[in-house]
This record gives sequence, C-alpha cells and structure tokens, in this order.
Amino acid sequence: MNLVFALLFYAATLILVGGVAYRIYEYARVPAPLKIPTTPAPTTTGGVVFRMFREVLFFESLFKSNLWIWALGWLFHVGLALVLLRHVRYFTEPVNFIIAFIQPFGMYAGFAMAAGLAGLWARRFLVERIRYISTPSDHLMLALLLGIAFTGLAMKFLMHTDVVAVKTFFLGLMVFEIHPLPAHPGLYLHLGMVALLMIVFPLSKLLHAPGVFFSPTRNQVDNPRETRHLAPWAAQLDSKN
Amino acid sequence: MADETTPVAVAPAPTSSPAVAKSAAPAKPKVEAPAYREFPTIPALQPDAMTGSNPFVAAAAHNEAIGFPGALLDGWEQKAVAKMGELLGKYRSLRVYMDACVHCGACTDKCHYFIGTGDPKNMPVARQDLMRSVYRRYYTLPGKLFPKLVGARDMTKDVLDDWFRYYNQCSECRRCSVFCPYGIDTAEVTMAAKEIMHTVGHGHKYVNEIIGKVHKIGNNLGLPGPALENTLEGLEEDVLEDTGAAVKYPLDMQGAEVLLVTPSADFFAEPHVDSLIGYGKVFHAAGISWTLSSKASEAGNFGMFIGNYEQMQKIAMRVREAALELGVKRIVVGECGHAWRVAYAFWNTLTGIGAGAGVGKPDPFAIQLQKQLDPNYKQPSHICEVTWDLIQAGRLKFDKAANDHRIVTFHDSCNVARGSRMGDYAGGQFDIPRNIIRAVANHYVDMSEATTREKTFCCGGGGGLLTDELLDLRVKGALPRMEALKQVADQHGVNFMATICAICKAQFTKVLPYYGFKMSMVGGVHQLVSTAIVLNNEQ
Repeated sequence: MNLVFALLFYAATLILVGGVAYRIYEYARVPAPLKIPTTPAPTTTGGVVFRMFREVLFFESLFKSNLWIWALGWLFHVGLALVLLRHVRYFTEPVNFIIAFIQPFGMYAGFAMAAGLAGLWARRFLVERIRYISTPSDHLMLALLLGIAFTGLAMKFLMHTDVVAVKTFFLGLMVFEIHPLPAHPGLYLHLGMVALLMIVFPLSKLLHAPGVFFSPTRNQVDNPRETRHLAPWAAQLDSKN
Repeated sequence: MADETTPVAVAPAPTSSPAVAKSAAPAKPKVEAPAYREFPTIPALQPDAMTGSNPFVAAAAHNEAIGFPGALLDGWEQKAVAKMGELLGKYRSLRVYMDACVHCGACTDKCHYFIGTGDPKNMPVARQDLMRSVYRRYYTLPGKLFPKLVGARDMTKDVLDDWFRYYNQCSECRRCSVFCPYGIDTAEVTMAAKEIMHTVGHGHKYVNEIIGKVHKIGNNLGLPGPALENTLEGLEEDVLEDTGAAVKYPLDMQGAEVLLVTPSADFFAEPHVDSLIGYGKVFHAAGISWTLSSKASEAGNFGMFIGNYEQMQKIAMRVREAALELGVKRIVVGECGHAWRVAYAFWNTLTGIGAGAGVGKPDPFAIQLQKQLDPNYKQPSHICEVTWDLIQAGRLKFDKAANDHRIVTFHDSCNVARGSRMGDYAGGQFDIPRNIIRAVANHYVDMSEATTREKTFCCGGGGGLLTDELLDLRVKGALPRMEALKQVADQHGVNFMATICAICKAQFTKVLPYYGFKMSMVGGVHQLVSTAIVLNNEQ
C-alpha cells in the first residue's frame, strides 16, 4: 500500500503540475485579437490588477449576480484555502509560523468548506434552472470534494490517524524515500480522493482557477483608442488590404 | 432559495396588458407579448418554448456574395469541428470560456430572452453548452472517453439545428458577461458558432443579405448615392422651413473637418432621421465643417454579428478609405450601438482609426491615417462626446422648455454600455448621454437601476435579429425593458424613451405597441437636442 500511494502521488503531482502548466501555456499562447473588456472597465494596467484582485479574492461579479451562490461559493473557497494552508505542515519541517498560527482556523474552515459544498450541491437539486444545467460530472465533482472534506474532518474529530507518520511519508516522498503510511481506511480514502482530484484538475471545469486570469473580458485594459491592439494573425491581414 | 424556484403565476391581465398581434398573416408564427409580471420573479422553465423560432436560412446567392459556401457542404460535420479547432487557436476568449464554466448558474436568470420566453436553452450557460458539449466531445479527453458523464455530444444535424435556432436567439448583448465570475461572454460563443455555421454554408438570410448590400451599395439599407443626396437636400429644405437656419447636410465634401459615419437608418427611418437632423444642427451651431460619405454611408457593421474578423475588417475599411480620400481631421460616429462598439473598441485594430500607431514597433498601415487625424480629439469620437464637449465649452445654446412636453428616460444600449466607453473615465458612456439630456430637457427620470447602465437590458432586437421572422422572439425579449419602462411611465408619467442606437429605435418602434405604448415614444438623444437647440440665426 505504501508503494501504491507513493506512485499514485507521484503520478497525480506530475499530471496536476504538467497538465495545468500546459493549459496555462495554451491560454497564454492563443491571442485575444480584439479588445473586449466588459465595460465599464479600468483604463490602466493598475486598474486591471485591482479588478482581477477583487474578482479572484472576493468574487465581485458573482456577488453582483446572486447572493446565494456567492455566499456558498465563497464559504467553500475560503474554507478550502485555509484547509490547504493548514496542510502545508505535512510538507515542511520546520513549520512556518504563519502555518502554525492558522492551524486552529484551518480546522474549523473544514466545516465551512463542507457546508459551502453541501449548499452548492443542494442547489443542483432544488433550483430548477441549476438542475437543468447540471451534468453527472458536476455532481461527481461535488461528491469528490465533499468526500475529501468528510474523511478529513473524520480523521480530525472521530478516528484519529498517526499524523506524524503521514508527515514522514510525505516528507519522504519529496526526497524519493518511501516511509510507511498508517494503515487507516479513512486515510486511504482521503488520500485516494485527493489524488483523483489532482488528476482530473487539468481535464475538467476546475480549470476555472487558471482560466479566470486569462479571461479577456476581465483582464484587458480599456484603451483601444489610445493604443493599437493587434494579434499576430490579424496583423498579417493588414498587408492584404 | 424557495423564491428562485417558485413558478410565476400568470398574472391577471391588467388593463394595459399587452395585446396579441391581430394583424399577423395566417402563415406567420404567432407573435405574442408575455403579460407584465406583477412581481418580476425568475420564470419557471418552459422547455422547448422557442423551438418553433426558425430564422430563415440564407440562400446560396447571399452566402456566396460574401465568400461563404452556398449551402450546407458535404461532410460539414468534420468541417465544422475543424473550424471550431481553428477558432480555439485564434480567440483566447473562446479557448478559455470553453473550459472555465463551472455551471454555477449565476447567469441563468440574466438573459432577456430567457426572461421573456422561459426556454431553458436561452439561459446563457445552456446556450454556451450547445457549443461546449461539442467542444468536449472532440477536444477534451473526458469527452472522448465518457461523453455522457460530461455532457458531450457528437456534431449532428440536430445539434446544428439547435445552434441555428438558439444562437439566433442571442443578441450578443453581453449582459451575462457582467455577472459571470469568470467574465464568460456568451456573445463570444455565439459569434464563434455563427462563424462556424457560415463556414459550412449555413448562414442567416437577414444578416448575410445586409452584408452583401454594404459591399455592393455602401450601406445596410441599400440606398445608392443619388438617393442619399436627394434625401439630404430634402432635410436641408425641411430644417430651413422649420427654423429659418440654412443648416447643411453635406455629402462627400472634400476637406471637411469632420467625417460623420452614421447608421443608414438615420437617412430616412423614423425616428432615426430626427437625430441626423440634430447632428447637423450641432455642427452648424458650433461652426464645424462636416460631411457624410457615400462610400461610408453606414456605421453599422454586421460583420461583428457573425463573428467574422475578415468581414468586419472589410466593412470597417470603407471608413478608412473615405477618411483618407476626403482628407478629414476627425471621425465621428452617429447614434448606433454596435457600430460604436466596433468603432470604439475595434477600429484601431481593424483599420488604424485611433492613436498610438507610432508607439513601440513602427506600424506603417496605421501611421498613414493617424498622421492625418487631429490628435487633439479622440479618434473616433461619439457624436455624444462631440455634443457634450461643445455644451461644456459653452458653444451651444438651448431652449430647454421646447422639450417640456416630454418626460424623458434613457435606455442604455447594450453595446455602448458593456462594450465601449465615452469620455475620459470608465462609465462615461452612461453619464454623457444623460448629461446631454439634462442639458436640453427639464424632465428626466431614470429607470430602475437593475435595468440601466451596465445592467441594462437589450431592446430585444440586437445582434442581427431585427427581422420579421423573429418578431415573436423580439417582442418577448423586450419584456424586461418594457416592465421597467412601464414602472416609470406609471409613476412619473414618462412619455419619451431616448436611446442612441438605430437598432433599439427600430425594435422599440415595432414592439412598443404590443405592450400598450405608442411607437412614437422612442427617439434619439439628438432628437431632443434638435428640439431644444437655438440656432445662430435666432440669436
């Protein structure tokens, strides 16, 4: 089992990092031939950075759009972020004081994350419009994330596992040594689902995370009259005219 | 959350309830306005409510005239999928938007066509998914392996029919893009779908016929030069008679300072022509020499509606050529929504009308024109920017009481509101037209803020849908705007809705009666300017 999980995490990490890097390369390589910011839009680069900052950290557009989705979505994402930060302690020795400081918050953030996910999932059943647009994969994605949250919370509050051994296992992986992983069904489930999530990330709608940074309606400066904006393939058309 | 799922009970028709068209010819589909809703809640889904909406497929002559195959090609399925691949490599918007949607549902209640029809395929996400499902099937691993799981579909005739039907129920108004947490703009997807359909020989008759006319005759309405000249002479006589001022409406005047490019509807359609009269009076009162061009006698650019860069550029190039030939110093665009988006956001890219060509790499194509244009002015300028600048400089005088019979509101046109700007700061496109109205009229009221500025609702006729066979859709799509108008009409007695878009004007003229309003209730901002402006001879 130790070897299985070691190989699984090597593969999952490769797919996640390689896959997302490839997607980012693709998004960056494809040009945006026209100026299409959704206006009113910032007229300076600084303004665009501020717009993206509000969008990524506070989900500004979603807030304007629908308070329910915003509240549940934000709860989930902030919960997830804190939980992820809390987990940094399994990969570093010594543990950074900031990571140490957020440990108690990260613990409760797990509940926030699960609550947000449950609410988002409930919408897929209860709201007719959302039910209509939901695909099986939308449900499975939520099931997977909730599964990760529940098994994680269970190991914290119900059936402890040997976290010191878990840490040794992961620190070992980082220097290509395989240490024993505690034989714990909750842990196996938790880690298996996490690896699955890492694998599907670059193949699924989870690409909204890198995608938002490349969205031309959000990341373009509104200055088309002041500067000529030209994509390479479009520039070739100039000479023909 | 219960409120979101509550179906809307059909409200008992109020006395002013919109009437069903009585004059519709028997063969035509029924045109029916939805009842005003007592509480504008989100409609319950009515699957397939609009599957009967069938835009006319373009004839071979119309397709071929603008370089597309005459009819659906053999093996079109593969060609369509290949074209999608090409577009995914040319447009970052499409590339990112195909991946990024998480089906959160934020956009589902934002489209006026969904609100007016209840058809779930008019929810922006569902409209995007018509294409995303095909993208997933051919361009993603999960879609290739497990199509059912991720909602992937083969490109079939049924899918194409759905595309043709529902991408022609999107006015590319971008309201959904305001509310999407990733800024996904359904207009970008609709444009890509239309380009793909054109490439395989399945174009929309209305739009293709019009693009053909622009190339052949010079404008969307097909008015030849002599007819234009005649019309403009008639206008000069009318204005002289009305005001005693010899206001000129020049055509192809070499060496004029300003080239005005305006939608061809301004030349003869009501109420459009009243705004054209207004532009002329503004230039006259300010002493600015100006001209129209017979070559560029159209500001509209339907190339945008079909998402085709080459067509859009070819249509825009007429303006560049006219500007170079006439030797003008400034280019000004009349009241036209999508034309202003193309002019403001795309002209510099497409034709070099703008500034900044000398910055960075030398750009001989654009420098040629930009040397000629006066850098003291924004190139191009919106006619509202020109008028507002003149008002601020004290160069125009108004008798505001002349508009006292009007209680005015302003309808933000979608392409101006969400795809362009006016003036020096973000949001100037909302303030400048309103500032002008307040400067020329005493009674002004805004409609509900949920329906104005960047949240404005499309008139229901934009994006190349302003055609009779889609009238039922257009009437239904106007519902949210009509409800907001009804509110200010009932509460404040509003009797005039000003707008700065030729399509909005034509669309409202047609649909207002279905909602119990007079068609003369809509008009241009420069129609109000025209009413109140004091011309020099009267001083």
